[in-house]
Amino acid sequence: MLLLRYAVYRFFTMLLTLLVVSALVFVIINLPPGDYLSNQIAELQASGQSAGVAKAEFLRKEYALDRPLWEQYMIWMGFMPGPHGFSGLIQGNYGWSFEFDRPVSEIVGDTLWLTVVVNLAAVLFIYAVALPLGVLAAARSRTWIDYTSAFVGYLGLATPNFLLALILFYYGHRYFDIPIGGLMDPSFEGQPMSWEKAKSILVHLIVPTFVIGTSGASAMMQRLRANMLDELGKPYVETAIAKGMAPSRMLTKYPLRVAFNPFVADIGNLLPSMVSGSVLVSVVLGLQTIGPTLLTALKTQDMFLSGFVLMFVALLTLVGTMISDVLLVMLDPRIRYEGRES
Amino acid sequence: MTPLLSVSDLSIGFGEADPVVEGVSFDVMPGQTLALVGESGSGKTITCRAVLRILPRTAQIRSGRITFGSEQSPLVLSELSERRMRDVRGDRISMIFQEPMRSLSPLHKIGNQVSEVLWLHGRISERQAKRTVLEQFERVGFPDPERAYNSYPFELSGGMRQRAMIAMAMVSKPDLLIADEPTTALDVTTQAQVLGLIKDLQQETGMALILVTHDLGVVANMAEQVVVMHKGRVMEAGPAHLILENPAHPYTQQLFNAAPAIPDLETVGLPMPEEDLILEMKSVSKTYVMRSGRGWKADTLIHACRGVDFTLARGKTLAIVGESGSGKTTAARIALGAEPPDPGGEVLFRAAPGAEPITVHKMTREERTAFQRQAQMVFQDPYSSLSPRMRIQDALTEPLEIHGIGTSAERRDLAAEILQRVGLNADMLKRYPHAFSGGQRQRLSIARAMMLDPSLIVCDEPTSALDVSVQDQILTLLEDLQESHTLSYLFISHDLAVVARIADEVAVMRQGLVVEQGPPDTLFYNPQHPYTKALIAAQPEPDINRPINLKLVALGAGSPESWSEAFRFTDSMIPSLVELEPGHKVRCHV
Repeated sequence: MLLLRYAVYRFFTMLLTLLVVSALVFVIINLPPGDYLSNQIAELQASGQSAGVAKAEFLRKEYALDRPLWEQYMIWMGFMPGPHGFSGLIQGNYGWSFEFDRPVSEIVGDTLWLTVVVNLAAVLFIYAVALPLGVLAAARSRTWIDYTSAFVGYLGLATPNFLLALILFYYGHRYFDIPIGGLMDPSFEGQPMSWEKAKSILVHLIVPTFVIGTSGASAMMQRLRANMLDELGKPYVETAIAKGMAPSRMLTKYPLRVAFNPFVADIGNLLPSMVSGSVLVSVVLGLQTIGPTLLTALKTQDMFLSGFVLMFVALLTLVGTMISDVLLVMLDPRIRYEGRES
Repeated sequence: MTPLLSVSDLSIGFGEADPVVEGVSFDVMPGQTLALVGESGSGKTITCRAVLRILPRTAQIRSGRITFGSEQSPLVLSELSERRMRDVRGDRISMIFQEPMRSLSPLHKIGNQVSEVLWLHGRISERQAKRTVLEQFERVGFPDPERAYNSYPFELSGGMRQRAMIAMAMVSKPDLLIADEPTTALDVTTQAQVLGLIKDLQQETGMALILVTHDLGVVANMAEQVVVMHKGRVMEAGPAHLILENPAHPYTQQLFNAAPAIPDLETVGLPMPEEDLILEMKSVSKTYVMRSGRGWKADTLIHACRGVDFTLARGKTLAIVGESGSGKTTAARIALGAEPPDPGGEVLFRAAPGAEPITVHKMTREERTAFQRQAQMVFQDPYSSLSPRMRIQDALTEPLEIHGIGTSAERRDLAAEILQRVGLNADMLKRYPHAFSGGQRQRLSIARAMMLDPSLIVCDEPTSALDVSVQDQILTLLEDLQESHTLSYLFISHDLAVVARIADEVAVMRQGLVVEQGPPDTLFYNPQHPYTKALIAAQPEPDINRPINLKLVALGAGSPESWSEAFRFTDSMIPSLVELEPGHKVRCHV
């Protein structure tokens, strides 16, 4: 009951934050002087192509770019009727990409959920690797297990991701017949979801997951190891041993539970850093994720496209933090019962 | 009779270093209590852990044999496999640790952690386990066992947590219980109750007990056999009454002499002088508001201090005594100006005899700076009150830098001088705090407080983290400094024996109220208030013929509603302080 109330409360604060973020995003993408259209108009006029200028002027009116900034924002969000009535983000109209001359929704299309899939896979990978290794490294600290895992971890942190990607592609293809590049076989692109397509995506996911996840996993592993070592020195661990618990059970029941909190709290931080950090990887691996799109949009001042992508990343982050907050409340009675009468 | 546990010639060492425990031997008879006595670093704790084989990873048992159990089937604990050792731990030998606050996992319910002992050693269903645990909870004095079962440790007080720890250790009915300073972290009245509880349980189940302690008073109340350890070796061993009545070894005698005791002389102390007061607190109250965090629930008011009146004459010591949460620290913080009192309260400070008093909470910036030079503080925990990253020299000269006093050469010379005055060497200036022992660190804290040549020092339990012999040295130092520098002390403590030695006037606090106040001799010889009586009764004395009177403790240590008619108070009805004889005040209805 308490939990549900907290989740609802947390959801509304998230919406509020998202609103603030949207205003920030809009202001920031409008900060550089000029916009895509005025740049284009200037260029066209310089080369004397008046037909193009007319089209650009038309688009300017069409997307209310001639209005004051705050009105543009309200129209973009869908709080205020634009030239075509209420038609903004909350109504599901993501706007028009000037660079690609197509609606934003068409351009991002598949990349949205593919981004989610790739990042989710990477997060799962990070946790699946970091959890056992971190605990093991702490339990066997200052032994060869600890040193080996630390060494491999630092290698993972230090190797540039794109290099790792290239190496993995080469050897993966050579020895395991793992396909190179992309997130699915090209023949499935634009096709509706099918069993075959899902299978193809899964196989294509292996290398990107590994590449994007390695550095995160090794960082998290070291963090968990340090937390665990702190906890292992605490008296309650001794109490558990004095009860006659076996080491493995003791480790997972007591110190891990306590060391788990920062681990969970990291979910929210992982997502945005992976989205923005994996741009280069996505380019090298030819992944249809949102990273490269964002890069192009930002470079060409394609405001609606970049605005939408930034909003999407912000949403991912906020959802991640919300999930980790709710999980923390579930896991830690000290947070849950704060203020409960004793 | 064969011993239940027999330790012979035990030596333990860390790595390649010299052994920390050497040639230790003792026997524990079934049903008997053996006290292991010694200061920190004497090896008593590590000896106990060796019995359960829960030593730190770098420590090894170098030699010796530990046998446990009856004659027919003795277990050689020092040679048992780790797997079989696990069956012994918690089931046949269990252990209670020193810090009840940290010895329970914060994230698991008490009931889960206690009943786990029963599941681990099998043979029992979950429902049966719960029933056994609830019975045990009732036995150790939880008012509502079912509720305690579903509580988390952070929802219980220190005394209650230690009860939970005892329940955890007792629930499997072990043959031997090892209690490692089980009451050191507790208030003296709680300590008395916990010790009484352990004794009762022991009588009921017939288990043997190894009690690790540095307090000879606790030994006198609990033990039949005593082993005195020092620097890893046994100094003296034998029946408790012999050792306590006639300690043979010089080290044991030294422990005895260092232990402060409450005097029971028939004297009437002199009241605090009324002139040349350095500090006056007039009807100081402090109310904290604890926000409920929810709009529909009212905030809770916590009365940390209620109408406190103190006077401290120059060159004297005023001690505030009380359990944790009694408001003694709040009163001291207000005296130092660290916190404002509620409106109506006033604190006056006179820097020099006859000087115009300044109101501590209405000072101008210049007055405040001057006041801070005059009033300094010594903290409880010498381990955390010194920055580990500052050299001693920097820690000592920092107050002078802040107040812009002297050149750096002068500051250094003064630091060296003060260091010698507190009994350390000037060549220690370049060291970091980690190179000092607990007692030396407390000397450093005192040196730091002395740097600005103050006239008032607030000492917040300055010896409670220290061993008895070190405590003795620190108290002597404080007394010497008081004499040579005409210092006034506001001394906060929960230890009546310490207070009896150093104070000129004692105020006993409970729930933010001063319940009794007077010169120590008067107070200890003729205590009137049930709570003062309980505090005095709860103080364990190193005399086997004067056990703690638990009835007296229970009478006074309970809630104020349970006190006898004359002293009872509730939130709405509080009796006032009545002066019984000159300087001796008691809060009661007349």
